[in-house]
Amino acid sequence: MDSILECRNLTKYYPGCLALNSINLSIPKGQIVGLLGPNGSGKTTLIKLINGLLVPTSGELLVNGLKPGVESKKIISYLPERTYLNDWMNVQNMIDYFGDFYENFNKAKAYDMLQRLHINPNNRLKTMSKGTKEKVQLILVMSREAELYVLDEPIGGVDPAARDYILETIIGNYSENASLIISTHLIEDVEKILDGVVFINMGNIVLTSTVDDIREKENKSVDALFREVFKC
Amino acid sequence: MPWNLQSDRPIYSQLIEKVQLLIVSGVYPAGSKLPSVRDLAAEASVNPNTMQRALAQLENEGLLYSQRTSGRFVTEDVEKVMQTKNSLAANLIHTFIRKMNQLGYNKQQIYSMLGQIMKEEEHHG
Repeated sequence: MDSILECRNLTKYYPGCLALNSINLSIPKGQIVGLLGPNGSGKTTLIKLINGLLVPTSGELLVNGLKPGVESKKIISYLPERTYLNDWMNVQNMIDYFGDFYENFNKAKAYDMLQRLHINPNNRLKTMSKGTKEKVQLILVMSREAELYVLDEPIGGVDPAARDYILETIIGNYSENASLIISTHLIEDVEKILDGVVFINMGNIVLTSTVDDIREKENKSVDALFREVFKC
Repeated sequence: MPWNLQSDRPIYSQLIEKVQLLIVSGVYPAGSKLPSVRDLAAEASVNPNTMQRALAQLENEGLLYSQRTSGRFVTEDVEKVMQTKNSLAANLIHTFIRKMNQLGYNKQQIYSMLGQIMKEEEHHG
């Protein structure tokens, strides 16, 4: 199958710490994949490598056949775990800014999502709650017509009632045939929107499977399996 | 409102059951057009590929059909919808009987208790 992401013997060393241990991973086009693992397992390291924010120690990583760089960044829409937006800007400024920056940014889509989540485009980020800020950032990311969306903890800061709404927004707005990689601890909330999952622990991939295969074979949810595999 | 799905069973089979239910209960009557896969998936808060697989299965079974350009429809065959409804009802009854057996009731006792409770409900209703 045609893959959007291909990792071959991908290794990342930090001083005194092996963050990724020669992993091999292939993510097919058109799929939503959950990147699941305990704290410090290597999720964010992998995501930063995908986005070219870190350089591999050894091994190879290809996005749609390309090494991370200007061309790969054009087709990846990335939601980092921390916000990097300027506090003094209002939402409308941010939309214009993203529109200038990315050729594939769809302003109409952004305004549509803002309306659905009841966010006033004239509000400044500074005045918003943490959860609302996260929603704005997610809207900006999902408004790009990208081929790969990489979302690092997209629902961590929003309340449980808003989570389903956010997931609905993600499902309703990612471009046709695009792929999504979602890293999260909140497995129970996201597993029903995933095709497959990748369990990662201490820099190693310990399991790749589809969600329904896990439920079929183990008679339990991915969340329950995760708790079992990573029991402390 | 996301659909109410159980967490320990495959999502795919639960989507099939849920769409069957929406059809036999008349939310999507015979001959009507279904929302797009994307919209149904968003409504249910599930993966669009999983929804697509579930709908394809219902299409194989003849409860749905696709028209190349205009989307997916419920079959116009009212008989087929009725059959589906009957088989869902039969499943419910099998489960009911199995659970009553587990509680220790035999056939005769199930009949009489069912009759009694239905009579009571008539009085209340």
